[in-house]
Amino acid sequence: MNTDGVLVQALVVAFSAAFTGNILLTNFLGMCPFLAVSRQVKTSMGLGWAVLFVMTGTCILNWVVYWHVLVPLHLEFLRFIMFIIMIAAFVQFVEMLLERYSPVLYQNLGIFLPLITVNCAILGAALFMVIREYTFVNTVAFGLGSGAGWMLAILAMAGIREKMKPDRIPQGLQGPGITLIIVGLMALAFMGFTGVLSGG
Amino acid sequence: MADMFLSILIVSAIAAALAALLVVAQRYLANYGKCRIKINDSKTIEVEGGSPLLESLAQNKIFIPSACGGRGTCAYCKVKVMEGGGPVVPTEEPYLDEGERKDGVRLSCQVKVRNDLRIEIPEELFSVREYLCTCTRIRELTHDIREFRFELKEPAEITFVPGQYVQLFSPAYDGNEEVYRAYSIASDPAEKNIVDLVIRLVPGGICTTWCFEHLKEGAEARFNGPYGQFRLSDSDAPMIFVAGGSGMAPMKCMLHHMKNTGNKRKTTYFFGANLVNELFYRELMQEFEQSLGSFRFVPVVSRPGEGDPWDGETGLVTEALRRNIKDAAGCEGYLCGSPGMIDAAVKVLVELGVPENKIFYDKF
Repeated sequence: MNTDGVLVQALVVAFSAAFTGNILLTNFLGMCPFLAVSRQVKTSMGLGWAVLFVMTGTCILNWVVYWHVLVPLHLEFLRFIMFIIMIAAFVQFVEMLLERYSPVLYQNLGIFLPLITVNCAILGAALFMVIREYTFVNTVAFGLGSGAGWMLAILAMAGIREKMKPDRIPQGLQGPGITLIIVGLMALAFMGFTGVLSGG
Repeated sequence: MADMFLSILIVSAIAAALAALLVVAQRYLANYGKCRIKINDSKTIEVEGGSPLLESLAQNKIFIPSACGGRGTCAYCKVKVMEGGGPVVPTEEPYLDEGERKDGVRLSCQVKVRNDLRIEIPEELFSVREYLCTCTRIRELTHDIREFRFELKEPAEITFVPGQYVQLFSPAYDGNEEVYRAYSIASDPAEKNIVDLVIRLVPGGICTTWCFEHLKEGAEARFNGPYGQFRLSDSDAPMIFVAGGSGMAPMKCMLHHMKNTGNKRKTTYFFGANLVNELFYRELMQEFEQSLGSFRFVPVVSRPGEGDPWDGETGLVTEALRRNIKDAAGCEGYLCGSPGMIDAAVKVLVELGVPENKIFYDKF
């Protein structure tokens, strides 16, 4: 495949990860921080960036570990524990790095980073990347696309929740109840993207 | 079989490599070099950056009170950070109100020293020291309250305001971590090389269990202090003391002080206990009644048993307070005891006419 072909394929992977196969709205991964931190656009933005960054970083690292350590040694079954260890260490490391070199970013993302360590969307993305046997370039695209998709979803949700603040919601539906209904509607809307890409 | 060993080896190797990476990162990334902390615009200390402010100050023998050991749960370690503290972190948020935020108040255990700081702390904290001492006497006061006498070795003397407390150090034992716990000084402030603490055994308490089971006469101990704002006012207003159990300690200390300084303020002291044999220091209180002139000690027993002859006040200490005092306008209240007792006593005193800002207390 020539370079153009690779890039086009990577774009398709990224687009499908963000829209048609949105990790949050079609796979319902990463729901806990999605429900908990989607009250304000500002904090959602912080968490969104953190997820985008960590997802891309860990997908790349885990791709290397999987294809260059686990597969040659026939230890594919270790991928769950390996991925978790890699994610935890990566997040710790990034936290230290930010604290040192970018206090502003640390203030905005710092508190979200430990939260993401245990986010199932991060592990989910790494596992999809393995199951679908992405190439390295596609893995990078997939990580970026999934992260952007997750961020898009939480930003949309936060926007809706901010707009909804003055509305009178029946008591039993307040909080997670109404949020889950909205997620459902958003998921339906995202289903509209299916078919935009053939084979995406 | 080989697979099993290989997988264990690989997992351990990668985990070890990552751990090593993090240790190296910690060493180089979290190394902030020397930072200067300017305190109250007068004193400047130089510390190794990267540690919490509370710890950095303690290394320089400036002790900020802290009961939780730097975990950000007790909120005792508040200091004013005027410059260089960065924004309030989420772990501090629940403990700071609007006014405090405006004044730059922070929890010193949550502020990391990453650069030069300018802070303000109460002047009296400079006189806080760490004291090395010997436990010279342990007296049983009731079945679960003991008086521990400590003779100071280094420094050999302590100066404090009656009503203040010290933080006793309990070393690690039986799987319990080392902790500091606060106890009011009970001894006569004139005896400068002696500190008596009155301690009630709290079931499951780390420090009190250590005191009751591991601390022996002749053993070494250490504490730091003195701390606290609980003290006698400078006025001549009549005083009402209310205490229960080991809440006796600061009251006893204040009474010693009043005797030493010839203070003749009218004072009524309500002391609550469950049973007659849980009353203590009764002879001492009788001596104070004679030597102080206008001091009255009112022991209150909530459940006088059948065997124990008791003709004094019965019921709750707050009930006795109501029976004995009809109008307390112009009085000051001094309370020491459990939060429940203090809340109840504050309520009664306010009803009897004591303004809320004239009620002083030490909750534990």
